[in-house]
Amino acid sequence: MIWDWDYFWEALPIVVGDGLWITFQVTLLGSIVAYLLGMVLALLRRSRIRVVSTVTWAFIEFIRSTPLLVQLFFLFFVFPDFGLKFGPVTTGVIALGLHYSTYAAEVYRAGIEAVPVGQWEAATALSLPRARTWRAVILPQAIPRVLPALGNYTISMVKETPLLLTIGVTDIAGAAFQEASSTYRYVEPITIAGLLFLVLSYSASLLVRWLERRVGTLH
Amino acid sequence: MIRFEDVAKRFGDHVVLDGLNFTVAPGEFVTLIGPSGSGKTTILRLLMTLEQVTSGTIHVDGECLTHVRRGDRLVPADEKHQQQVRKRIGMVFQQFNLFPNMKVLQNLTEAPIRSLGLSRAEAEARAHELLDLVGLSDKVHAHPTQLSGGQQQRVAIARALAMRPDVLLLDEVTSALDPELVAGVLRLLKDIAETTEITFLCVTHEMGFARDVSDRVLMFDHGHIVEDASPDKLFSEPDHERTREFLSAVLERG
Amino acid sequence: MFDNLSLFVSTISRGLLLTVEATVGGILIATVLSFVFGLAMLSRSRTVRLVARIYVEIWRGTSEVVQLLWIYFVLPVLIGYRIVPLVAGIVVLGLNFGAYGAEIVRGAVQSVPKAQYEGAIALNLTPAQRMRRVILPQALVEMVPPFNNLFIQLLKGSALLTMITVHEMTYQAREVLIDRNIDQAWLIWTLVLLFYLVLAILITIGMRLLERWAARLVGRKPDERSIFSRRKKPVLAETVSAGGGPL
Repeated sequence: MIWDWDYFWEALPIVVGDGLWITFQVTLLGSIVAYLLGMVLALLRRSRIRVVSTVTWAFIEFIRSTPLLVQLFFLFFVFPDFGLKFGPVTTGVIALGLHYSTYAAEVYRAGIEAVPVGQWEAATALSLPRARTWRAVILPQAIPRVLPALGNYTISMVKETPLLLTIGVTDIAGAAFQEASSTYRYVEPITIAGLLFLVLSYSASLLVRWLERRVGTLH
Repeated sequence: MIRFEDVAKRFGDHVVLDGLNFTVAPGEFVTLIGPSGSGKTTILRLLMTLEQVTSGTIHVDGECLTHVRRGDRLVPADEKHQQQVRKRIGMVFQQFNLFPNMKVLQNLTEAPIRSLGLSRAEAEARAHELLDLVGLSDKVHAHPTQLSGGQQQRVAIARALAMRPDVLLLDEVTSALDPELVAGVLRLLKDIAETTEITFLCVTHEMGFARDVSDRVLMFDHGHIVEDASPDKLFSEPDHERTREFLSAVLERG
Repeated sequence: MFDNLSLFVSTISRGLLLTVEATVGGILIATVLSFVFGLAMLSRSRTVRLVARIYVEIWRGTSEVVQLLWIYFVLPVLIGYRIVPLVAGIVVLGLNFGAYGAEIVRGAVQSVPKAQYEGAIALNLTPAQRMRRVILPQALVEMVPPFNNLFIQLLKGSALLTMITVHEMTYQAREVLIDRNIDQAWLIWTLVLLFYLVLAILITIGMRLLERWAARLVGRKPDERSIFSRRKKPVLAETVSAGGGPL
C-alpha cells in the first residue's frame, strides 16, 4: 500500500501541531527584522557620504548573490565564537531577516524614488528639517505603496523557513521529516508538508492581492 | 471584389458598425472619411481579420472571409480559412509596424518566403525592386529603428506590396508622420494606385489626396454610410448636411 | 588565523564542479520549461492554459526544501527505486525555477506591442511563424534581465542540494570541514560565500553579453550599464501569485 489515508489523518495533526506555529513565528519575526533592517539599509544606501552608500551597496549585493543556507550556517557556527549563545530559532530569524532585508531595501528604494520630486521641493520650500521631511512627508507616502511588494517577500520567506531544519528547527517541513523518520513512512508526512505550504502561500497571496487593491500599486 | 453584407461590430455594449452594406469593384480606389470613432478603421481591421464581425458577412473576390459552410450552417471562419482568403489582402498601418528584429531586407522577404513559398533569391530580387520603387535602395541593410518615419512607412508600403496583394488597405498611413514627410508618401501611393490593378481601401484625413486619387468616397458617421459619391461630387456639392459640417471642420483646420 | 587556508580552498573546490553541474543542469531544464509553460499559459486552449497554471502554482507554491525531500524520500517509494541525488537535485531546480521562468516568458511575450502581431497577420504569417519569427525575438530582450535574477536564485538554491547528500560546495564545508575546524568556522563559511559570489558574477557577465546580443538583434543600442551590473526588476509593479518572491 503506497498511500494510506488512515496514516495521512494520523500524521496531519502532528505535522500541523508541531510545525505550523514555528513556521508562523519564524516568518513573522523574520519579516519584522527584514522590514526594519531593510529600511536602515535603504537610508544608508542614500547617504550623502560616498563610503557609506558604496559599502551598503556592496553589502546588499553580496547578501543577495549568495545562498541563504550558507549565511545561516555562517551565523550558526560563528555566533558562538563571539560568545553569542542564540538558540536555533533565533539564529534562523536573524539569518532570514538579514537576507530578506536586502530585498526589502530595494523595495524601499523604489518606493522612495516613486515619491515625486515636487514633494522634496515643497518640503525644502517650507524649510522643514531633513529628518522631519523624511518622517512626515516622504515615508508616509512611500510606505503604503511598498506594502504589497514586502508582502510578496514574506510569502517567499514562508517557503524558505524549512531551511532551518538543517540547524534543528522543526517548522512544518522539519516536523514532517521528524515524523517520517520516526515511522519510516515518508510519503504521507512530506506530502502533507507540501500541501500545507501550498495552502499557506496561496492564502497569503490572496491577502497580498487584497492589500494591493487597498493601497494601489506603483507603475 | 469586396462585399460587406449587414455587417455589425460591437465591442461589449459599444456599437461600432451596424447593418453595414457596401461593395468595392476590382481596381477601384475607395476612400473612407468621417469623424474619428465613426468605424472607418474597424472596416479595414475586419477585412484584415484583426477583428471578427459580430454579425453579417464579408466576401472578398466571391469568397467568404468571415464564415465557412459546415453542413448547412455558416460558422465563423477558423484561422486556416482566414489565412487562405487573407492571402489577397495587404495592409499599411498608421504606426508602420515594421519588425524591429529584422533588417529592412528581411522585413520584405520574410513573408514572401514563409507565406508564399518564394525562394530566397526570388524574394530578395522582388525586395530590391520594391525598395528601388520606394526610393530606399540604399537602406537594404539598415535596421527599421535607424530610419525616419517617412522612410519606415515607405518600407512598410514596399513590404505590403511584396506579397502581391489584390487589395491594399491603407489605415491613416500619414497620420504619424512629420508634416514635411507626408507629401512624399502620398505621391508614392498615388503612383502605385495609377500604375497597378490593386484595389484600394483607404482611411485618411488628407482630403486633398482623397479627392485626387479616389474613384469613390464614402462618408461615415456613427457606423453608417452617410454619403457614397464620386470625390468631385462629395467634396464640392455634398447632399448631406452632416458631410458639409465634417468637411468644413476638416478643411478649416487646414 | 589563516592556517589551513589552502586545505579549505581545495576542499571547497572539490564541490565546485558539482555546484556548477547542478546550476547549469538546473538552468537548462528551467529554461526549457519556462518557454514551454510560459507559452502554454498564452495558449488559446483553456485546457492547456489550466495545465500550465497548475504546474506553475504547485511548483511556486511549495517550498524547494519540501520538493527535494519529496523527490528524494517519497518518489522512490512510489516508483520503486532511488534516483541519483545529483539528478534529483537538478530536476527539482529545473522544475521549481522553470515555474518562475514561465511567468517571465509569459510577461515578456505579452509586453511585445499588439501592433507587431497585427503586422504579422497582415503579412499572412501563421500563428507559429508569428510567434517564432516576430514575437519571440523581440520578447527575448525583455526576458534576459529577469532571467539573470532567476539564474542567480537558482545558483543559491543549489546549496540546498546538500540536504540530499549531493557533495557540492556547501556539503564539503558542512560535512567535511566544519567539525574538524570549528574554530575557523568564520573563514570556511566566508570562503564558501565568496565562491558563490564569483559564480553569481559570472552568471551576470554571461547574461549581460546575452542582453547586448539580443538588443542588437532588435536594432536597439545596448545601454551603457557596466557588464557587471544586474538590472533590478521593477519591484513594485509585479503581479502577485502563490509564488510571491524574490525573483
